[in-house]
Amino acid sequence: MSKITVSATVNGDAADFVCDATETLLDVLRDRLGLTGAKEGCGTGDCGACSVILNDRLVCACLVLGAEAQGAKIETVEGLANGETLHPLQRKFIEHAALQCGVCTPGFLVAAKSLIDHNPDPTEEQVRYWLAGNLCRCTGYDKIVRAVLDAAAEMREANHAA
Amino acid sequence: MRYETPATIEAAVGLIAAETGIARVLSGGTDLLVQLKAGMIEPDLVVDLKRIAATREITAEAGGFRIGSAVSAASLREHKALRAAWPGIIEGLKLIGSTQVQGRATLTGNLCNASPAADSVPCLVAAGASARIVGPSGKRDIPVQDVPAGPGRTNLAKGELVESIFIPAAAAHTGSCYLRFTPRTEMDIAVVSAGVSVTLDASGTCTAACIVLGAVAARVTIAEEAAKAIIGTKVDEAALAKMQAAASAAATPIDDKRGTKEFRIEVAGVLARRAVEKALERARGK
Ligand SMILES: Cc1cc2nc3c(=O)[nH]c(=O)nc-3n(C[C@H](O)[C@H](O)[C@H](O)COP(=O)(O)OP(=O)(O)OC[C@H]3O[C@@H](n4cnc5c(N)ncnc54)[C@H](O)[C@@H]3O)c2cc1C
Ligand code: FES
Ligand code: FES
Repeated sequence: MSKITVSATVNGDAADFVCDATETLLDVLRDRLGLTGAKEGCGTGDCGACSVILNDRLVCACLVLGAEAQGAKIETVEGLANGETLHPLQRKFIEHAALQCGVCTPGFLVAAKSLIDHNPDPTEEQVRYWLAGNLCRCTGYDKIVRAVLDAAAEMREANHAA
Repeated sequence: MRYETPATIEAAVGLIAAETGIARVLSGGTDLLVQLKAGMIEPDLVVDLKRIAATREITAEAGGFRIGSAVSAASLREHKALRAAWPGIIEGLKLIGSTQVQGRATLTGNLCNASPAADSVPCLVAAGASARIVGPSGKRDIPVQDVPAGPGRTNLAKGELVESIFIPAAAAHTGSCYLRFTPRTEMDIAVVSAGVSVTLDASGTCTAACIVLGAVAARVTIAEEAAKAIIGTKVDEAALAKMQAAASAAATPIDDKRGTKEFRIEVAGVLARRAVEKALERARGK
């Protein structure tokens, strides 16, 4: 099988890779680019653990072919923190104890980032609907929702001050 | 499996027409990739149309909307004019999977996957939408309900693909609505669904209606008698009751683990009624 050469932008940096036609973007991120933040929970679009932002849209990386990333802009959980400084969402997840085993966390963080990008002032209901495609077996969701609302509020204030 | 990204629709048609093995068109991939993963299909060729600019565009046409085959549900949900004209179509799209799934899923993929429970299809049918098919012998437009042939099968011939879907303008005082029944509120497949469009005249008399049921037969069901029950009336209680009974009578569902036949028949009528009531409210508000 002939390999496909792909050039994309991942977390702001150029990323070139070769892949097979059947490889998913999730396979590529994890196995070819060493970005193991996105997790494979199901591989079928049901759990959201593989959430990434592709050209400003939240998607399941397990339902995108690696080859489809040609020319695309991809954001993963690895791009959230700024060096040693955690993203407000990451800080609030820790503060609110919004994670236990952590398998779902990168997906939730990326999904929540995409929500705040689209809607800086979401209601609790909007947070719950937006995150309905992210499953968590540990936390019971409440702390996650609170962490997201709190982070959004902090980010609005920071924007206001700036 | 080969992966191709043709630059024109004609080149895409050429590729799938020439393929001697199994060829599949890729839109959002939210059905196709799941089927690949499950080993349900093993295509020799996957043709991705997304590099063809027109497939990613929504264009105004004759007062209506031409939706390129690769436009995502998320983009459609953000389209103000479409939302205002056909809220029922948007309601169907909003129910497809999650935010993530909607970031990719398309109307064309929902239609061509040919599931009787596809959430965007009943209201597309109620709106009178058509699909533009392109193949080796040219282009043709067919009503969207004629694309699926039965669960997982379409009426597209070898080498044919869907280039776009056309949603016509909504007539004055038209309301639409889509409702589905699922055991869970999110991330579930319709057990029964109803998509409706209702048009009134200035005096509030119903001049046109289309009532479409999902998941109660191998293909979407157009409940003609149900529509006839309200056309020409002020859609009063008597007309609504007649419409509900006719919608139930039009349902020919199967028994399965998600719902019995009797339950689906009953709920088809109930959902049709609730959807018509909501559509009426919208029609009167315009
Ligand atoms: C977690 C999850 C939840 C879901 N929930 C729902 C739900 O609630 N309701 C619902 O209706 N669906 C649901 N789906 C199914 C799916 O998301 C929808 O059917 C979606 O609209 C498919 O669109 P797509 O663009 O992703 O299709 P694709 O996967 O790209 O294609 C689907 C089929 O159509 C064919 N096709 C695609 N484009 C063309 C074309 N241009 N011409 C000819 N054939 C073409 C493909 O070859 C394939 O056979 C869900 C899927 C997932 C993964
Ligand atoms: S791994 Fe992609 S949604 Fe579960
Ligand atoms: S913290 Fe364990 S799955 Fe969410």
